[in-house]
Amino acid sequence: MVLAANRKALAAWGTRTILLAVGLVYIFPLYWMVVTSLKSIAETAVFPPTWLPGRWMFENFADVWRTGPFERYFLNSVLVSAGIVLMELTVAVPASYVLAKKSFSGSRAIFALILSGMMIPMQVVVIPVYLLLSKLGWINTYAALIVPFLSSSTAVFWLTESFRQVPNELVEAAKIDRAPEWRIVWNVMLPAVKPTLVTIALLIYIAHWNDLFWVLVMTNNENIQTLTAGIVKLKDADGLQWNLLMAGNVILVAPILLLYMAADKQIKSAFTHGGLK
Amino acid sequence: MPSVRKHNVWIYICLLPALTGSLVFTVYPVFYVIYLSVHQVDLLSGTTKFVAFGNYMRLLRTPDFLQVLGNTLVYTLLTVAVSCSLALVVAVMVNRPGKFHAFIQTAVFSPHIIPLVSISLLWQWLMEKDSGLLNGILQGVGLPKLLWIDSPDTALMSLMLVAVWKSLGFNVVLFVAGMQSIPGQTLEAARLDGAGPAVLMRRIVIPLLSPTLFFALTVNMIGSFQVFDSVKVMTGGGPGNASNVLVHWIYQTGFEFFRFGDASAGAVILFLLVSLLAALNFGILKSRIHYQ
Repeated sequence: MVLAANRKALAAWGTRTILLAVGLVYIFPLYWMVVTSLKSIAETAVFPPTWLPGRWMFENFADVWRTGPFERYFLNSVLVSAGIVLMELTVAVPASYVLAKKSFSGSRAIFALILSGMMIPMQVVVIPVYLLLSKLGWINTYAALIVPFLSSSTAVFWLTESFRQVPNELVEAAKIDRAPEWRIVWNVMLPAVKPTLVTIALLIYIAHWNDLFWVLVMTNNENIQTLTAGIVKLKDADGLQWNLLMAGNVILVAPILLLYMAADKQIKSAFTHGGLK
Repeated sequence: MPSVRKHNVWIYICLLPALTGSLVFTVYPVFYVIYLSVHQVDLLSGTTKFVAFGNYMRLLRTPDFLQVLGNTLVYTLLTVAVSCSLALVVAVMVNRPGKFHAFIQTAVFSPHIIPLVSISLLWQWLMEKDSGLLNGILQGVGLPKLLWIDSPDTALMSLMLVAVWKSLGFNVVLFVAGMQSIPGQTLEAARLDGAGPAVLMRRIVIPLLSPTLFFALTVNMIGSFQVFDSVKVMTGGGPGNASNVLVHWIYQTGFEFFRFGDASAGAVILFLLVSLLAALNFGILKSRIHYQ
């Protein structure tokens, strides 16, 4: 019995040790990014590497910020991501509401059509969309970065699913009070699905903050480009000053990481539930 | 009844923007990319000439394109296989209450949120051949340095390493969620019968988790087929063509060399691969629902 108990305790400690190692493999690179961003360029080449900066070069951040129009990149990232969130939700809410709560001819076909976007990666359609946008003269405009994401299959799918779970009695009660439809959506439906709504907004924001592909294809003007493109440009232009590159990297990651830490649980449950249902 | 018709018009107005988005930016482009893929596109004169499967045939005879296709398949299959199996092991270990386990889950999941551009830059720094930390560690324990992304022999492997690191946490969270739906008594009963971890895994966890596993496999594969950022940032597809993959090739062919006909054929091949997986996923998941 004692032996069995010992073995169990040993196994538990073994598991913990392995998990700790796994955790380190994840924490350490992020630590290394921050430490490098505060070192001098000479110190990045020192062997064996130093675990903490010899001199804390906070000016690296100011230096990297000055190498390009970083205010512009940063603002563009915020503007484009937030613009897409607002547009997609404005479009998805009414569509999802009628798909979830109204019966009308063609509703299943329309739902299927909108959802088809979930199966089709944007890299498949990028050439035709590029040709269309260049015909419209939209290349190198915010419109090229925002408008193609007009309809989000994922947002429509999740919102329709959650609207369906709002009890019909709530809608009926509002109707008896002769509330117009928009009031039902605004005062009854949206408050009922608020967690879903917030999560979707967050995920859309993150996805577009992180995007590189679309920005590279649709723009070559740094007045329009976002942070991801700005950082890649920094890498291609410079003689690889790793301390500055990591400082730029911190500027790119920090907002998203903060957002993630604030909404960790919500994001994780959204990924698993949104994925499986 | 005019009131009913008015009602319906209002419904369709609600759907119009979403529908327009889908038609203009998804449905029409899919048909147009298929059209372009069977044409020779001359951008200067703005003309297209029908060449049937000419673009496809030429691509499939080009060694570079075949290498790109092979790289994409190797990258996808190996990354997904390694990531999912590691995730299964980690998920079994981390599926416990408590702050420590929650913290590990959060740490492992974090790269799923972070831009792949950042991750790529960070790992390129770690893999730097002279002053990178990984070679520092290798030398520290008396091993020879590796060239990582600078050698054609290891470039693709290095990208796969980054992809496994990035995707592990997503799979762990997915599997933990799946495991929480396995009744505790089932596991406990098996443990009392003397089943060890390996048996538990093979006889209970994997079978009961199979819908989740299958979902993870297809979603991961569809995602892997679309890898772009890490290739663009870390290797540019090189050295030579050693780490080039389909989407990066589409980007180069279309938007650096402006060969839209060829790039479209590549895009259609990507579409076929993704559709095949999506259909497979849908079909098998549907038949597995009775199983659960």
